[in-house]
Amino acid sequence: MAKDQPGVAVATPGAAKSATPAIALRAVGKWFGSTRVLESVDLEIKDGELCVFVGPSGCGKSTLLRLIAGLESASAGDINIDGKRINDVAPARRGVAMVFQSYALYPHMTVYENLEFGLKIGKTEKAEIDRRIREAAKMLQIEHLLERLPKELSGGQRQRVAIGRALTRRPRIFLFDEPLSNLDAALRVSMRAELSRLHHQLQATMVYVTHDQVEAMTLADRLVILNAGHVEQVGAPLEVYQRPRTLFAAGFLGSPRMNFLRAEVAELAGDGIVVKLTGGGTARAPVVAGSVKPGDVVTLGIRPEHLRVAASGEGTLSAAVQLVENLGDHAIVHLDREQQDGGRVLAKLEKAPVGEAQPLSFELPPDDCHVFDATGLALPRRDRPEDATR
Amino acid sequence: MTMTTGALARRGLFYLAVAIIVIYAVFPFYYAILSSMKSGSELFRVDYFPFKWNFGNYTSVFRDQPFATNIWNSLVVSSSVVALSLFLGITAAFALARIQFRGRAFLLVTILGVSMFPQVAVLSGMFQLIRGLGLYNHLSALIISYMIFTLPFTVWVLTTFLRELPKELEEAAILDGASSWLIIRRVFLPLMWPALVTTGLLAFIAAWNEFLFALTFTLTNDMRTVPVGIGLMSGASAYELPWGNIMAASVIVTVPLVILVLAFQRRIVSGLTAGAVKG
Repeated sequence: MAKDQPGVAVATPGAAKSATPAIALRAVGKWFGSTRVLESVDLEIKDGELCVFVGPSGCGKSTLLRLIAGLESASAGDINIDGKRINDVAPARRGVAMVFQSYALYPHMTVYENLEFGLKIGKTEKAEIDRRIREAAKMLQIEHLLERLPKELSGGQRQRVAIGRALTRRPRIFLFDEPLSNLDAALRVSMRAELSRLHHQLQATMVYVTHDQVEAMTLADRLVILNAGHVEQVGAPLEVYQRPRTLFAAGFLGSPRMNFLRAEVAELAGDGIVVKLTGGGTARAPVVAGSVKPGDVVTLGIRPEHLRVAASGEGTLSAAVQLVENLGDHAIVHLDREQQDGGRVLAKLEKAPVGEAQPLSFELPPDDCHVFDATGLALPRRDRPEDATR
Repeated sequence: MTMTTGALARRGLFYLAVAIIVIYAVFPFYYAILSSMKSGSELFRVDYFPFKWNFGNYTSVFRDQPFATNIWNSLVVSSSVVALSLFLGITAAFALARIQFRGRAFLLVTILGVSMFPQVAVLSGMFQLIRGLGLYNHLSALIISYMIFTLPFTVWVLTTFLRELPKELEEAAILDGASSWLIIRRVFLPLMWPALVTTGLLAFIAAWNEFLFALTFTLTNDMRTVPVGIGLMSGASAYELPWGNIMAASVIVTVPLVILVLAFQRRIVSGLTAGAVKG
């Protein structure tokens, strides 16, 4: 069975990419009783892409992954792999392999037997099984562990074995369900780099679920931000970071979080709009006003690192320093100015201001200002009007 | 370092308590061994130590009645009960622990409910059933009826144990292409050994010792199991009970249980505490 799987092509790096998306979800919904976990999700994942589903817990990202794996069945919509509808295909026949958060290694089998299990069921030839296991073990540097039991391995080693089990199956698509969240911080960083290397080496399609925005930003070719069962935004990590399309996407990525200030549209200028901040000050953003009129209440978003200290009195936002957190290479400054949810406005500065209670004047660079309408949608930027269609 | 008198006294009391418990538990069996060595009127003299090693009773037990057949019957019945209970228990536990279906909780309670009824209460009903099936005076009658009390606890213990095993293991196996039966056999069974040994042993002991059903559902001596065989042993006249033979037989049939328990001792301990701490 395994031999005629399309997934065999995975081993040849740089194989021609087909135009058909590797995974295509069409209006996929999932509900348990009356609880709607996923609302009509439409998504295409390209061949060879590492796609990261990210969102807060309970947003439906793991459910979406399990739908692709076949561990849950969709309540509505179509799931396609390579253009074929696979809603009713058994998990093992979908050409996917999954790496679980808890590793899910068979505790009574040695590493070798763990890697062998699925292949034996698939009736792969004995010599071929052995060849694949040696190859995967070499790639993951676990050759010396093959005869050990999972309980004799460290967390990182178990994770490698779990990845190895996916590798030996030569799947069309790899699915990762928060694979690094059981590891300690240092190990997480090195495994992250290793996964990235593995992806480049295999050129395989991978879907990766995480709640960790650092993992999401560093690993993804494309990010899918999920919230409360629907897709908030899909795009390359930097694009999502720099051009969030919703209030949620803007607030989810970035640490410290983007500042959200209540504002009122003051004036529609030729090159954008000018807003008046509720607590005093103004900002200008190069966005298309659309249906927004002067006098409408909007939200101005600006990331802490984009607040620039201006010469006294020359900026458009003034606030006094309340607290300085000095982190060595930069400082997080808490200002005596409230965001719309009551939190303090933060500024991330390269150099800590001299004293506390010191009044500062900030410049808000127009290119880094985001304006969200009352429904939480970002007003499209003038340089990218196509964003208007979400 | 010398012990204070208080510590010495406490230690003495501790070992005294241990001695009392050991004597309480072991003395009846010890006295049975002593009695089995005696013949005739010696039986009615109270001794606490063996004066001579006399194995006459042990040979006459096998000579006077088909006691070897009784032992064989008991072995067949008990082993079959264990094998069937474990097989049905595992498959039922898999469904009850792992598959969502309507009425699952109700079914579990019902299974437990079966074990509420005392044997005497179901005896006449069972007798009709056995007669209706044409199994009267047949070992399979015992095998079927014993499962009334072995299945409920087998299913319950195994269900609880299976619930403790992480769901991801099963999901990993599903993605590896394993069928439900293969998941049970290759993934769950090897992890369930402690629970299987414990429940299997308890089922074996229950079946080995059972008296009431065995007495009711068998007629002839060559279909009897050990407890009934011993219970119905008669002496030379109707007015004499062959105590020596009975004691010898009791000692003989205890041996398999002792061997089983000793052999699986470590497994039992880990089985009884399984699930208490996540492995």
